[in-house]
Amino acid sequence: MSFFKYLKTITVSTMSFVITIALIGGCSSQQKGEIGNQDAASKVYVAPGQHDEFYSFMSGGWSGNVSVYGIPSGRHLYSIPVFSQAPINGYGYTEETKAMLNTSFGFIPWGDTHHIQPSKTNGDYDGRWVFINDRNTPRIARIDLKTFRTDEIIEIPNTAGQHSSAFCSSNTEYISANTEYSIPLDKPLGNGVDVPISSYKENFHGTVSLIKVNQETGEMNIGFQIQVPPFDYDLGRFGLGVSKDWVFYTMYNTEEAHTLLEVNASQKDKDFVLAINWKKAEQAAADGKGQVVDANYDHNMRDHETGIAKTEVMKQVRVLKPSDLEGAIYYMPAPKSPHGINVSPDGEYISEGGKLSTVVPVQSFSKMQTAIQNNDTTGSIKGIPILKYESVLAYEVKNAGLGPLHIEYDGQGHGYNSDFISSEIVKWDLKTGEVLDRHPAYYSTGHLTVAGGDTRHPYGKYLIALNKITKDRYLPTGPEMYAGEQLFDISGDKMKLLLDFPVEGEPHNAAEIEASLIDSAQVKFFKLSDNKNPYVTRNEHDTKVVKDGNRVDVYMTAIRSHFTPDNIEGIKVGDTVYLHVTNIEQEWDIPHGFAMKGNRNAGMLIIPGETRTIVWKPQSPGIYPFYCTDFCSALHQEMQGYVRVSPANSNVPIKYGTNKDI
Amino acid sequence: MKTRNKILLGIASVLLLAVFLFPLWQIKLGAPQYPEGLGVNIWIHTIKSAHPHNITTINDLNHYIGMKPIRPNAVPELKIMPYIIIFIALFGGIVILASNLKLFISWVIVFAGLAIAGIVDFYLWLYDYGHNLNPNAAIKVPGMSYQPPVLGSRQLLNIHVTSMPGIGGYVIIVSLFIGIYVLVDELWFSKRTKKAKKEKPKKGTVKREAA
Repeated sequence: MSFFKYLKTITVSTMSFVITIALIGGCSSQQKGEIGNQDAASKVYVAPGQHDEFYSFMSGGWSGNVSVYGIPSGRHLYSIPVFSQAPINGYGYTEETKAMLNTSFGFIPWGDTHHIQPSKTNGDYDGRWVFINDRNTPRIARIDLKTFRTDEIIEIPNTAGQHSSAFCSSNTEYISANTEYSIPLDKPLGNGVDVPISSYKENFHGTVSLIKVNQETGEMNIGFQIQVPPFDYDLGRFGLGVSKDWVFYTMYNTEEAHTLLEVNASQKDKDFVLAINWKKAEQAAADGKGQVVDANYDHNMRDHETGIAKTEVMKQVRVLKPSDLEGAIYYMPAPKSPHGINVSPDGEYISEGGKLSTVVPVQSFSKMQTAIQNNDTTGSIKGIPILKYESVLAYEVKNAGLGPLHIEYDGQGHGYNSDFISSEIVKWDLKTGEVLDRHPAYYSTGHLTVAGGDTRHPYGKYLIALNKITKDRYLPTGPEMYAGEQLFDISGDKMKLLLDFPVEGEPHNAAEIEASLIDSAQVKFFKLSDNKNPYVTRNEHDTKVVKDGNRVDVYMTAIRSHFTPDNIEGIKVGDTVYLHVTNIEQEWDIPHGFAMKGNRNAGMLIIPGETRTIVWKPQSPGIYPFYCTDFCSALHQEMQGYVRVSPANSNVPIKYGTNKDI
Repeated sequence: MKTRNKILLGIASVLLLAVFLFPLWQIKLGAPQYPEGLGVNIWIHTIKSAHPHNITTINDLNHYIGMKPIRPNAVPELKIMPYIIIFIALFGGIVILASNLKLFISWVIVFAGLAIAGIVDFYLWLYDYGHNLNPNAAIKVPGMSYQPPVLGSRQLLNIHVTSMPGIGGYVIIVSLFIGIYVLVDELWFSKRTKKAKKEKPKKGTVKREAA
């Protein structure tokens, strides 16, 4: 596209946008309180004691966690600790949970979560798990929806800047995780990792990883990786329905730039969508194609019986090359640096957010199959054939706004795309691409989500714009503020803005799951009789303090409103004290907290029936009070105790008890 | 005894065995913090939580006011009550076989007596729980006792206690009422029938002769 043509398109688009704004609202007061009427209020009002219709799982971006909101109220229900330590409950600090954050780089207490994907059965959400990626340290986590806890984290080898993940296939057979920032690889995949950055084109590689999910336990294992050219793989989606055996990824930087990418990776008029028939790739891996290479990545799992996370160091991974996947891997051209990619509920339409383009291209899966049959290609890159753009294109959504990023579907024959630059949501006809409605969003929408919008049967009804810029939408909180989300009613012909609500971190995407799929299966507390933690104390008679050299193990119980023991003596400077606290309550929502004065560590929250261990290394002699941090009862303040720490050379023996002079 | 009444007595005796399947009495505890429900069910042989772990929770709450913990194993009556029920049921069977009105009258008296004794015993246990409090309890309200009612509702500090029969309790009531009904029928209506029979003796005589 020539510069003038491009300028013209932008001008036309911008003008039509301005006209649209003028038509819809006009004055700024209307933009802010646009539907400041009772109609909108009643649609988001969830009466006290009533529950929301949907859970919305939002990635927390740099919070490293997942936040959970109720829709339509926008109420913040919970934040699930995933890749980041969480002082709120001790996740990543307690001995039971620390191993969850192990990686081949060591213990990493922070992550950057991006893309939430709920588990699916027959292309629809099933309420079992949600998966999410860490972009910085390539990892995928699985969260159990019975407990809202991270049960597993697997690291992805041969990968960096893992943005293009986590995506889930129709029956949760695989989770997909890809390289964004290509990197050099050791032999036999590459020429070693210590190479000049300028040798990018020769020495850098991308990978596509397909992680097999055990249907009973949810356990993830890397099925195989596919070594691909060093482009920046950006986003992806598995197919649905007719296309369910395929997976599609967008990419930019087919220029293979390694510096000033904002310019150097934006030169070509077309980049690609990578389409892989994962069923065939799976078969190729099963047939022993590719090679099993040395690798080093951590696989962390929480044992449900002991509650303890353990790390297994994985040493091998199977890697396939495009040449192993003949007839199963293709490039489809897409306008300049495409970002989001989404597959329509029936699986026929694949559309991309053209980011630097003004159109949203929509490819047809059936046309793509025909093109493959007819070998309708325009060359190939490193063994990957390039299908002809015109041959696979269904239509382009003209006037889709500026900076289209993501697309979702409502199951009623409509697509919706978000626009970062023109800051709006655009609705179009899925069959023709004709724009039907557009609505400004405040400000600069990134992802958008339609309830169930990436399933076979979207719920429709609600659309949420996940905006990147907040500015004046809420009471100001200094220079740093939460991201602003906007809830739209999409049940009618015209989108209606219902609600603004702030959310923590930077949600990159979100998934709404029907509450009834999740709420009835919730664990309320853990059965004490099922607690297999080796440091469990099931009743107060079994509490004890055991000293072995410099290691002291305190087996403690917590029940309203006391700890046993609550007086401990005989601990010395230089000891490492393991405080194993079991909450012996068996009642819903009666956690106890535990905090020790001067402990260079977090406090911890202990759910009824569970044992949690925190390590304490007292630094100097003295009396150290500890107490319950969760207001558990009317006598919560009294839930406290003392530990006497004596000098290293003292003769004070180990003594302990509750309600007696020790 | 009339055949019909013997059948009724049989039903009453067999029905009684249903108390092994359902709780005798239920005590529900209501408080704002317990939307999920809280309570205990008293069975013929034990005390169970109405919802999982409720006894633990109730004991936990009760320790603040110094109430003794509920320990199902510590109630000796619950060990002998199953035998009492089996005894009454078997006794009913013997009455049917013997077809003896005097024996039946003693069945009703023993049954009713034991039922009343059970209620009184229940009251005494509740009295003991409610009044015999640990003097070192954290919460002491002058003049306050915490005896739950045998039947009906009572507000005890923050807890609204409701006590009523469970299906097993109703089974005993129905069984006993069948017994009382049969008793009344045998003693009252049967006398009338006998009188009526005495007035027409010949028919029977004729029949017997014909046979």
